[in-house]
Amino acid sequence: MSPGGAMEGQSVEELLAKAERDEAEKLQRITVHKELELEFDLGNLLASDRNPPTGLRRAGPTPEAELQALARDNTQLLINQLWQLPTERVEEALVARLPEPTTRLPREKPVPRPRPLTRWQQFARLKGIRPKKKTNLVWDEVSGQWRRRWGYQRARDDTKEWLIEVPGGADPLEDQFAKRIQAKKERVAKNELNRLRNLARAHKMQLPSAAGMHPTGHQSKEELGRAMQVAKVSTASVGRFQERLPKEKAPRGSGKKRKFQPLFGDFAAEKKSQLELLRVMKSKKPQLDVTRATNKQMREEDQEEAAKRRKMSQKGKRKGGRQGPGGKRKGVPPSRGGKRKAGLGGKMNSGPLPYGGKRKGGQHQGGKRRK
Amino acid sequence: MRPLTEEETRVMFEKIAKYIGENLQLLVDRPDGTYCFRLHNDRVYYVSEKILKLAANISGDKLVSLGTCFGKFTKTHKFRLHITALDYLAPYAKYKVWIKPGAEQSFLYGNHVLKSGLGRITENTCQYQGVVVYSMADVPLMHPPPRSRLPRESAETVER
Repeated sequence: MSPGGAMEGQSVEELLAKAERDEAEKLQRITVHKELELEFDLGNLLASDRNPPTGLRRAGPTPEAELQALARDNTQLLINQLWQLPTERVEEALVARLPEPTTRLPREKPVPRPRPLTRWQQFARLKGIRPKKKTNLVWDEVSGQWRRRWGYQRARDDTKEWLIEVPGGADPLEDQFAKRIQAKKERVAKNELNRLRNLARAHKMQLPSAAGMHPTGHQSKEELGRAMQVAKVSTASVGRFQERLPKEKAPRGSGKKRKFQPLFGDFAAEKKSQLELLRVMKSKKPQLDVTRATNKQMREEDQEEAAKRRKMSQKGKRKGGRQGPGGKRKGVPPSRGGKRKAGLGGKMNSGPLPYGGKRKGGQHQGGKRRK
Repeated sequence: MRPLTEEETRVMFEKIAKYIGENLQLLVDRPDGTYCFRLHNDRVYYVSEKILKLAANISGDKLVSLGTCFGKFTKTHKFRLHITALDYLAPYAKYKVWIKPGAEQSFLYGNHVLKSGLGRITENTCQYQGVVVYSMADVPLMHPPPRSRLPRESAETVER
């Protein structure tokens, strides 16, 4: 019992000592000693360490361990600071409220370039027109009070008139109210169009305009050219029979742009396709030669027979008998089809015809035909 | 600079295969590295992958040559082999012809080789077969193009 007890006591003591050591270690880990205090910008979660890196310099070629220790220490200090912030609870998670960031970060994107002037601004600059400062309120006679120049309950509201005199030269049956509303709509649309055009000019973009034509002109040469091209191609024959003006030149670059493989594509795939091509080329070689050789032979045989027929006809004319060529002609066609191919399939195998092969082939052919 | 299209590769392989036959796959598939064909200004260059990656850093108009020039594609898209390809074709050639020292000079100046100038020839060479011509010292030779085809400014060189 006693040795067991002693051992137990020892193990308990050991455990306690171990627990104490762990605590001390944790404390040691949490507290970090630095010569110079770090500067914290908790809004950006930034900690700047201005201590000289003597430990790193001493490390030598592989400073990984020292770097890791340094990073751990600095992160520990930052987290210590974070724990001192006021916290709140958001959906079962403890959240620290960060203060405003103090470091000013540099621009992410470059400085925006100055926007081009709108058409009105260009004109005003040209003419030297300065914006006149206008009063906000205008005296309205009708209602007898000061009303704003434009907007809700404005001074001179066209739409509120209940009587419009028909002007001198206009059609008496025309609806002047509708005309007024229509004019207003057109003005609004024109304004909107100009605004969009100014925007497009500022961003150097193209307006999606119908058929490339603008309702009020002011198109660049390229836009007009493009509109013309589109119009030319929009026929039933896709522009094939459209005449050009006498001095008009054909448009260049209207074909499809070729697409090539990328420069460093997949080398393995390239190699595979090339080897495949080689294999196909190797397997195709004899077939082509056979067809060319058969055609050549057929041509020669035709020529020979034509010559023979001419000779026979001459002889026939002289002797007075016409059966010779007829009989010969009947006998020849059946042998032509079958035996020619069989004979040549066996003979022509690889590469160009062997030296003297033509003669041999001719002789064999002659032999077969005779049979 | 770009890789060759299917059509161009086929035309080029057909030309080269006339001289080296199926040994062409040893050029395409090499055990000691990845080599590839690239087209630059109508000329075909045989270049290793490493050199290709370096050459990609040079702009197209300033790049003169890379690797080994095998030949060029003419205006009508026919492939013409150049003398710089000889180093790669000669070891793989299937049919070889050795010419005597006397006929060697004549051949190099563009004349035909007569039967009397023929030293050795691989057996079973068919008529009209593509061959590589060697001198008696086993140096591969190349026939210059006929005079009518030379450009008028200067002799056609590979590097401009």
